[in-house]
Amino acid sequence: MADVPIDAPEHCPGTSSDQAGKSSACQGCPNQNICASGAAKAPDPAIEEIRQKLTSVNHKILVLSGKGGVGKSTFSAHLSHALASDDSKEVALLDVDICGPSIPKIMGLEGEQVHQSGSGWSPVYVEDNLAVMSIGFLLSSPDDAVIWRGPKKNGMIKQFLRDVDWGELDYLIVDTPPGTSDEHLSIVQYLSSAGIDGAVIITTPQEVSLQDVRKEIRFCIKVKIPIIGVIENMSGFVCPKCKNTSQIFPPTTGGAQRMCEELNLPLLGSVPLDPRIGKSCDEGKSFLNEVPDSPAAVAYENIVQKIRDYCSSHTTSNNPF
Amino acid sequence: MCACLSEKGSLAQVKHVVLVLSGKGGVGKSTITTELALALVHAGKKVGILDVDLCGPSIPRMLSVGKPEVHQCDAGWVPVYADPQQKLAIMSIGFLLEDSDEAVIWRGPKKTALIGQFVSDVAWGELDILLVDTPPGTSDEHLAVLENLRKHRVDGAVLVTTPQAVSTGDVRREITFCKKTAVKILGIVENMSGFVCPHCSECSNVFSKGGGEELAKLTGSVFLGSVPLDPLLTATLEEGRDFLQAFPESSTYTAISQIVNTVLSSLDA
Repeated sequence: MADVPIDAPEHCPGTSSDQAGKSSACQGCPNQNICASGAAKAPDPAIEEIRQKLTSVNHKILVLSGKGGVGKSTFSAHLSHALASDDSKEVALLDVDICGPSIPKIMGLEGEQVHQSGSGWSPVYVEDNLAVMSIGFLLSSPDDAVIWRGPKKNGMIKQFLRDVDWGELDYLIVDTPPGTSDEHLSIVQYLSSAGIDGAVIITTPQEVSLQDVRKEIRFCIKVKIPIIGVIENMSGFVCPKCKNTSQIFPPTTGGAQRMCEELNLPLLGSVPLDPRIGKSCDEGKSFLNEVPDSPAAVAYENIVQKIRDYCSSHTTSNNPF
Repeated sequence: MCACLSEKGSLAQVKHVVLVLSGKGGVGKSTITTELALALVHAGKKVGILDVDLCGPSIPRMLSVGKPEVHQCDAGWVPVYADPQQKLAIMSIGFLLEDSDEAVIWRGPKKTALIGQFVSDVAWGELDILLVDTPPGTSDEHLAVLENLRKHRVDGAVLVTTPQAVSTGDVRREITFCKKTAVKILGIVENMSGFVCPHCSECSNVFSKGGGEELAKLTGSVFLGSVPLDPLLTATLEEGRDFLQAFPESSTYTAISQIVNTVLSSLDA
């Protein structure tokens, strides 16, 4: 169990932690002896359960950054819309940002609730072929705060992967919070047998962003997630009045292009800042439908095509051995 | 040279502690923390910044204190000073990493432990105000900071948002976090509030408009002010320069000064 048992004390380090059974918080816990003996650190059976559950999912893509606010959720949502625009494809979007779930709003699904059935939790459908799951659907009010430590967040992510009735999917897109912590480790751990096709890394042009993104790239290398490529978001702003371009987030160290050259990674594309993107997200609409001819929408579509091409030419092994 | 440690702990001589929170990532918490710190130093205060964003520490670069070594003295870890007069002390995991591209891939308990050390074992010495820059969210880092600051009073939190609903949606949850943990909300800052084109002066609401002020009204919080989207601010932060010294005539400077004055008045009240 890589999470907090129901009868654990408040500061339980998690049963797979090095401190399991040994930390001061473990005193008096009914599981203390099990944890201290190391028995709880056996491979989590959920990993195999998830592998079996996800055999019906063809491609799994993570959307990562390292830096907050660069447009991961925006991109995840629009990637999902774009892939689902092909009626013959089944697409799902999983939001594992437990503390700041933006996906329900961006997908126009605020206020929706999740239902349980015999086959598990039902995700919420935006279209017939586009399903979404987020902790946002489990909260009863927009003011509810999810004040959870790592182990509890990990448990939620496990449930999302194991207990949601995803059905047959061509694509499962996973939107993540910024950083390289519990959520990221858990996604990688729980999908370790099911396989991840790759990660799309989002950045903005400035060094303050790139310095965090380089860490995320190191994370991917360390945990062996293939990197599909990097997207530079908020890449220049064209004034609607005078049509001059300003670099609001200046690429003082060469932007994503130089970083990709240095790290030998594909630059999937650059998306300009367009106020209509934020507006669409706030209204829960797809920017690709609202303003399909804008440079930003064209940039998105080109990027999505590259991701489709990558998935077509790569297959993950969903193999327990 | 290190600060003297009194028996009451490393924060005994720190007059005020203010958290900079959001809930949403990328809204400018580190930017606002840096600018608040610089403004306070220019106002003659002794300031500290505790950067508890362990996965993405932005403060060292913004203050141009790349890779100094962190020394120990009898009183604990010596903070890194951004200025020769030692008016601005900083502690960040950024100083402890050999390779700045190396990822800190830690689960919650390990993050909690380091934050505990940052709060209790850094010899902050005499400070008028300690600003705590946080990562987005309501999780281990935030709980760790509050638990370790329990012995010392937390004056309150400044919440940063951008105007759009996707941002204020997360900040509402952070407000709930503050209420649940009894952290006073000193006010809300709306960052990236409009972009004035340097070519034609047309103002574009790149990230929508008005959400910060609406959020303040909705939640009964003080609205501290709006800071515009200013490429000069972003550029100076990239270079680790002092924006307030470089561009004192700008509307961004005025906005930040107003916010600082309001925060200081609420601390002295």
